[in-house]
Amino acid sequence: MSALPEDRAAPVLTAHRAGLIGCSSCGRVWPVTESHCHRCGAQLVPPDRRGLQAVWAWLIAGMIAYIPANLFPMMRTQTFAGLAGNSEATIVGGIIELMHYGSYDIAIIVFVASLVVPIGKFIAIAWLAIVAGRPATVEQAHTRLKVYEVVEFIGRWSMIDVFVVAILSALVQLGFVASIHPGPAAVCFALSVAFTMLSAQSFDARLIWRGLPLRSRST
Amino acid sequence: MRRGVYLQMMEHPPRYDLATGRGLVACPRCDALHLEEDLSPGETARCIRCGNVLAKPRAGAFAQLIALSFTSMVLLIGAIFFPFLEVSTFGFGNASSLFDVALAFSSGVLLPLVLAVLAMIIGLPILRSFLLLYTLVPLAQERPPYRYAATAFRWAEMLRPWSMAEIFVIGTAVALVKVAGLASVHLGPAFWAFCALIFVNLASRAFMCQTSIWDAIEDAGLATDDRAPTGPPAEAIPAPAPGPRS
Ligand SMILES: [Zn+2]
Repeated sequence: MSALPEDRAAPVLTAHRAGLIGCSSCGRVWPVTESHCHRCGAQLVPPDRRGLQAVWAWLIAGMIAYIPANLFPMMRTQTFAGLAGNSEATIVGGIIELMHYGSYDIAIIVFVASLVVPIGKFIAIAWLAIVAGRPATVEQAHTRLKVYEVVEFIGRWSMIDVFVVAILSALVQLGFVASIHPGPAAVCFALSVAFTMLSAQSFDARLIWRGLPLRSRST
Repeated sequence: MRRGVYLQMMEHPPRYDLATGRGLVACPRCDALHLEEDLSPGETARCIRCGNVLAKPRAGAFAQLIALSFTSMVLLIGAIFFPFLEVSTFGFGNASSLFDVALAFSSGVLLPLVLAVLAMIIGLPILRSFLLLYTLVPLAQERPPYRYAATAFRWAEMLRPWSMAEIFVIGTAVALVKVAGLASVHLGPAFWAFCALIFVNLASRAFMCQTSIWDAIEDAGLATDDRAPTGPPAEAIPAPAPGPRS
C-alpha cells in the first residue's frame, strides 16, 4: 500500500514506541536490551535528548575554534623577498582583496564557504538541538529534517579555504618566487569545520520525530 | 515509488515479530518501522514518513561498485606521483607532485595541517576504496564474506563525508585564480585525475545501496543474526547476486 499525502499526518509506529531499538547504521531492529547491532556491529543508541550533549560539545568546540580562525591571518604572503611588500590576510581581508582585484566570482565562493556556511551551520545546529524532541507538527518535523539534511550536505564544503591555503603554500615549494606561508588561522579554521561536522554527525535525526503527538491533530 | 507499509495495515502478521524486531526495518532518519520486503532491481523503497531512501537495489551494482572502487584507487595512486601543478615564472620551470609537496613540509610546524589535508584528499579515499573492495569482492564471487566485512563496510560508510576530493578540486581552482597574475600555472595529470574522481564518486553513489550490501553480507553467511539461524527471513530484500545459503 503506497503512502497517500494525507497518510503523512497519521500516527506511525516507530521502533521506539514498539519498545524496540533500530540500528542507525543498517536499519535492523533489535530488542532494547541489546547494546550492539548483531549485523553491522554499530552501537545501538536510543533516540533521546541525552545524545544532544555530544552535539553541543562539538558545536561549542567548533565555535571556539572559529574565533581565532577569523582573528589571525589565513596566510602570510611575501612577494619577491619582501620587495613588493608583505601582506597578512585574514578571511575577511582575503575576500576584500579578491574584490579589489575584480574577481568577484571567486570572492563570492570564498565568502559563502568561509563565512556564510560556517555561521549558518552554527545557528542551524544550535536551533535543531534546542527544538529536537520538543512537540512539533508533522510539517515542522519535515522542515527540521530538511534543515538537518542541508547542514549535513553543505558542511564539508567549508574546507575549500583550507585547501586554497594548502595549494598556495605548495606553490612555494614549486619554485614560485613569492613565498606564501599558512597562518595559524588555517589550522583553527580546519579544526572548526571538522568539529562542526562531528557535531552534525552526532545529531540524531530520529529526535526530530520524537516530539510528534501520538494522535495527529486535524490541521 | 513507495513500498513502505504501515505496520497497522499489514495483512500477513506472521512475517514479523514485534518482540524481537525480526523482519522489521527502522528508518535511520525517523525511526518509523517498516516491513522487510522484496524489491526488484530498479525499485526504490522510501520511508513512509520522512521519505528517506531505505533501499534501492540496482542490477549488477556489486560489479559496478567493485570496478569504480578499483578505478578510484588507480586514479588516487596516480595522483600521488604524477605532477599536480607546473609553475613557470621568469624562466623557472618546475613540476611537482603531491608527494613532493608533502616531503617539503615534512619538518615544518604545519605538518599536522598538511597530513590532515593529505588524509582527506588521498588517504581516506584510498582506504574507503579498499574497504569496499574487501567487502564486495567475495560477495560478487558468491563466496562467504571476509571475517571483518561488516566492520569494514560500516567504516567505509562512516568515512564518506571525510573524503573530500571534489572540494579539493574547487579549492585548487580558487587558488589558481588567486595567483593568476603572478605566475603561469599549468595543471598536471594528477589534477585531471582528481576531476575524473568526482565522476567516479558520483557513479559510485548512484549504485550504492547500503541495505542490499548489508543483506548480502548477512545472506552470504556471516553469522550475525542469531534470531534466524537458518538464514534470513524469506521476505528479506535479496541482494542482486544472492550468495549461497550455508
Ligand atoms: Zn546495524
